[in-house]
Amino acid sequence: MGMPARKLEPVPAAKAAGAAVVELKRATPGFADRVKPVLTALWTNLLPPAVTIAILLGIWQIAFDRPGATLPAPTVVWSQAFDLIAEPFYVAGSQDMGLGWRVLTSLQRVAVGFGFAAIVGVLVGAIVGQSVWAMRGLDPVFQILRTVPPLAWLPISLAAFRDANPSAIFVIFITAIWPILINTAVGIRNIPQDYRNVAQVLRLNHLEFFVKIMLPAAAPYIFTGLRIGIGLAWLAIVAAEMLTGGVGIGFFIWDAWNSSRIPDIVVALVYIGLVGFALDRMVAFVATRVTRGTAAN
Amino acid sequence: MNAYLKLDRIDKSFKRGGTTSEVLRDVNLEIAQGEFVSIIGHSGCGKSTLLNIVAGLADTTKGVVFLDGTAVEEPGPDRAVVFQNHSLLPWLTVYDNVRLAVDKVFGRAKSKAERHDWTLQQLELVHMGHAKDKRPGEISGGMKQRVGIARALAMQPKVLLMDEPFGALDALTRAHLQDSVMEIHARLGNTVLMVTHDVDEAVLLSDRIVMMTNGPAATIGEVLDVQLARPRKRLDLVNNQTYLSARAAVLEFLYARHKAPSIAA
Repeated sequence: MGMPARKLEPVPAAKAAGAAVVELKRATPGFADRVKPVLTALWTNLLPPAVTIAILLGIWQIAFDRPGATLPAPTVVWSQAFDLIAEPFYVAGSQDMGLGWRVLTSLQRVAVGFGFAAIVGVLVGAIVGQSVWAMRGLDPVFQILRTVPPLAWLPISLAAFRDANPSAIFVIFITAIWPILINTAVGIRNIPQDYRNVAQVLRLNHLEFFVKIMLPAAAPYIFTGLRIGIGLAWLAIVAAEMLTGGVGIGFFIWDAWNSSRIPDIVVALVYIGLVGFALDRMVAFVATRVTRGTAAN
Repeated sequence: MNAYLKLDRIDKSFKRGGTTSEVLRDVNLEIAQGEFVSIIGHSGCGKSTLLNIVAGLADTTKGVVFLDGTAVEEPGPDRAVVFQNHSLLPWLTVYDNVRLAVDKVFGRAKSKAERHDWTLQQLELVHMGHAKDKRPGEISGGMKQRVGIARALAMQPKVLLMDEPFGALDALTRAHLQDSVMEIHARLGNTVLMVTHDVDEAVLLSDRIVMMTNGPAATIGEVLDVQLARPRKRLDLVNNQTYLSARAAVLEFLYARHKAPSIAA
């Protein structure tokens, strides 16, 4: 319009107001300021589960705190199985020891069985994922075998190994291997063609391709398999130990049932739950560390 | 002409079920050492297939590709590829992505220290030395493609193959990368074969532009010599008569004589 453009030029703000830069005192975080976020985090993460557990314990207490109840109330468990709760690592004889030792024995079996399952599962899964013919031949077999319940393998492995311990380990192996194997195969099949082209141009050999492309590219899938596998392995070990006997958390439960120590069973269940939770979190933690950056973009 | 890279009567057809679709028919092309050649054509004309054939990632139905007198049969680092979507391995850092190629190609020929220096040198060449410890997920699309170029150059290929290398980038980033490619080409004198669908890019970068007819059974319709002196400056070319007429010739080929199938129909 008629207005000259010059008038629109902005006047430097500082000059116009005659303002000076006032240095604000930088707040140094005090002890209270540093502790506050930690407390908030604890509050938001721990309070809800604590309340839930308290409510559940309350209901349990009300339901079974009467004479002639079939199951012990929490207070009864606490008083009668206090030695098991307080001392996980005492040893007072071949069948009289703390639950910590029993859990460790079970974990040892799981470690061996799951370790073998992880190695064999990833290797066979890689072959099945890579080769169309291996997949056509093996996939139907795997799909049938994986539906067999863990304990159904126990008699046949007892017959083969003629010893309780390797049989229990075999049951872990055969239970944990399917999710690892199948997930690995899916992961390998989903490796983008781009990565394969890069490998071809670089002329990577089979071993280099496996280590440098396949494993990292399929890592998220492999870890999903490992996580499902470790959960199943922990489910299976308790059942297997009930039948095979010896030292172990599974047999402890069976033994407690036979001698009517119901409070002991309750404590053992809590142990099993906590260990299973810890195992799952452990694999998840390793997964997030290892697969950092594997997501394609 | 002294043919360094020679495409000799290339035919390519795909069989799916009972039907055969012919993609390329009788493609002949000779490229001299140090030449920068672009292939341009409408999408679906088989230009990427042609590049894959040279790379060895796809095989021919008939015909042979010769590089430096030897027939090409499989992929190899002497024909390094800059892929359209960069194809960096996301779990490796920028440095490790290039180093992987360097270790594979020069594992025997160079010592560890030499390979380290060579890797850094390639990253500096594409101005990515500062980001060597970043992962591909942490850098921009243009930077990823720079690393892709560094990885390809690190193999010291006889011919550098680029498959629509800047197609996924915005115009400003694309211009930057084109300048980088010209600078590198001037310094190293590589033989380059590039697929593109960008007319300006083709004229700016190339010594010759190979124009493909539409598929099915696409072939080379015309080859244009771009007689612009190097080094070329983007701004100087805006009103350059040679540049404009080359650009007009390509446009005329693409939009008047060989319209895209959808437009022609």
